[in-house]
Amino acid sequence: MVKTAKPPLAGSRRMSMRQREAIMGYLFIAPALIGLTVFFVVPTMRAAQISLTDWNLLRAPRFVALSNYEKLWGDETFWESLRLTLLYVAYNIPLQTALALFIAVLADRLARQVWVRAVMIAPYLISNVVAGLIWLLMLDPLIGMTNVFLDVIGVAKQPFLASPDTAMISVAGINIWRHVGFTALLFYAGLQAIPRDLYEAARLDGAREWQMFRTITLPLLRPVMVFVMVTSVIGSFQIFDTIAVTTAGGPAGSTKVVMFYIYETAFKFSKMGLASAMSMVLFLILVAVTLVQMRVMRAGQSDLG
Amino acid sequence: MKPVTFTRISGYAALVLLAVISLLPVWVALKTALTLPGDFFSSASSLVPPEFTLQNFARVLGFETDIVLTSAVAAPIDFGLALRNSVIYAGLLVTGQLFFSSLAAYAFARLRFPGRDGLFVAFLSATMIPSIVLFIPNFVLIRELGLINTFAGMVAPNILMVPFAVFFLRQFFISSPKELEEAARLEGLTHFQIFWHIALPLQRGPMATLAILLSINAWNDFFWPFLVGREDSVRPLAVALAEFQSQTGQGQPDWTGLMAAVMLSIIPILILLMVFGRRIVESLQTSGMK
Repeated sequence: MVKTAKPPLAGSRRMSMRQREAIMGYLFIAPALIGLTVFFVVPTMRAAQISLTDWNLLRAPRFVALSNYEKLWGDETFWESLRLTLLYVAYNIPLQTALALFIAVLADRLARQVWVRAVMIAPYLISNVVAGLIWLLMLDPLIGMTNVFLDVIGVAKQPFLASPDTAMISVAGINIWRHVGFTALLFYAGLQAIPRDLYEAARLDGAREWQMFRTITLPLLRPVMVFVMVTSVIGSFQIFDTIAVTTAGGPAGSTKVVMFYIYETAFKFSKMGLASAMSMVLFLILVAVTLVQMRVMRAGQSDLG
Repeated sequence: MKPVTFTRISGYAALVLLAVISLLPVWVALKTALTLPGDFFSSASSLVPPEFTLQNFARVLGFETDIVLTSAVAAPIDFGLALRNSVIYAGLLVTGQLFFSSLAAYAFARLRFPGRDGLFVAFLSATMIPSIVLFIPNFVLIRELGLINTFAGMVAPNILMVPFAVFFLRQFFISSPKELEEAARLEGLTHFQIFWHIALPLQRGPMATLAILLSINAWNDFFWPFLVGREDSVRPLAVALAEFQSQTGQGQPDWTGLMAAVMLSIIPILILLMVFGRRIVESLQTSGMK
């Protein structure tokens, strides 16, 4: 028998080492398991349950079956919020991904020093709220620095966040500013995994930069690309912080994305059932979008063989 | 030396331009924070303050209550208090996250118990649940527990489990040598003693990296504290900033004060980035390659 400094359970029968190890294993993961159960698993089921009730938090919830979902079906604001969310995703993702790829290739070719990447990710380490506030100042139509620069290079001044026509693209721009460096960093890491001799060989064959990018870089980056696309699309669908501090859904409802609408429904109008129903719909949309992305991008396969 | 070509030069030019775009807004925020409120509008298009001042910082931290705000605010927000709340919130959250995540990571890496791998997959899939589904039921739960506007309620949902931290540390525990731990086992140390005195100290580096990343996250947290921690006594910086802005209504906000408060949030992060730049970059870099 192994001597122990302290018997694990005083006075209890002797346990085998294996049993003791198993019990300790469960004890070690117990806090995390409680966290997982209480704040992830159970709430997911509870969200579904709340979505079947009419509940304003003040009196007991009343079971209403699927009537919240029926209400949503006829709720124009909800459809509009979904449309605006898609519009945001459509502004945000392609621009951010392309720009991040460009930055990653540039840094990989010209500047591999760590501090270059540190500058790159600095905006990502700043909170959405702070990024939103700084850009609220930068994009102010009257006193913002952006219009000063536009003026210098001879472009007409823009209303940015102040006009329904430009507010959403401005919000997307703010988030691209904050996020693009991090996305570029992920691509940069992916580039490091591509064998350099592939480029040497291609160069000997007389390939141009653009050809090498299309035939070597892009296909071999696919695993990173899938990860980046899936996570950033899921993130984009849930855009909230930036909008909360810059436009609060305005002007004229032009940035009232679905997350903001859910927030208002739940916490301004205390309609917990209806808001939960919306969150379930968005959840299903996210699952569908992710599955489609995985399928389209053939996530399981690698080109590196 | 590689030949200097047009492509290379334009590449460098593009990099410099991108670096400027990346950092200029932060500079403008700092410049605004160092500008006297009365000078702000006349110097809005300048890149340096006409007259350097720390008055805005004194103002938002509540040292100079006698100076009238340029734009009236419904109720002055005490950013000194918000700063304290952010420190408490991030400190509590990160300490708990490090402790509980390292315990779980160690168990998943080293201890054998039935159902271990299945449970690990369950942890993995938890990351797939979007926060949008969770925030209403979690708000309801925290409210039922009477923890609205308490630090306990603010940290509860994330203090016990951060999937990323568990995966991150598990890798390091798996790849560190077992011999020392086995020897300690023969010496009769308990599993917890081995974890606490032998395995964990060996992971000082990864723990420090994780602490930095988790601290930045906690410092920047907005949505959840915004839902459950809005009272002055617990409200962290990010929430206070959003509220200060929203109180302005239609007019121009107190820009110099607002940017001083913004810098209170940014400066600690910039210091971390300057001191631990390599660590932060390298750990974020691998976060996409699971």
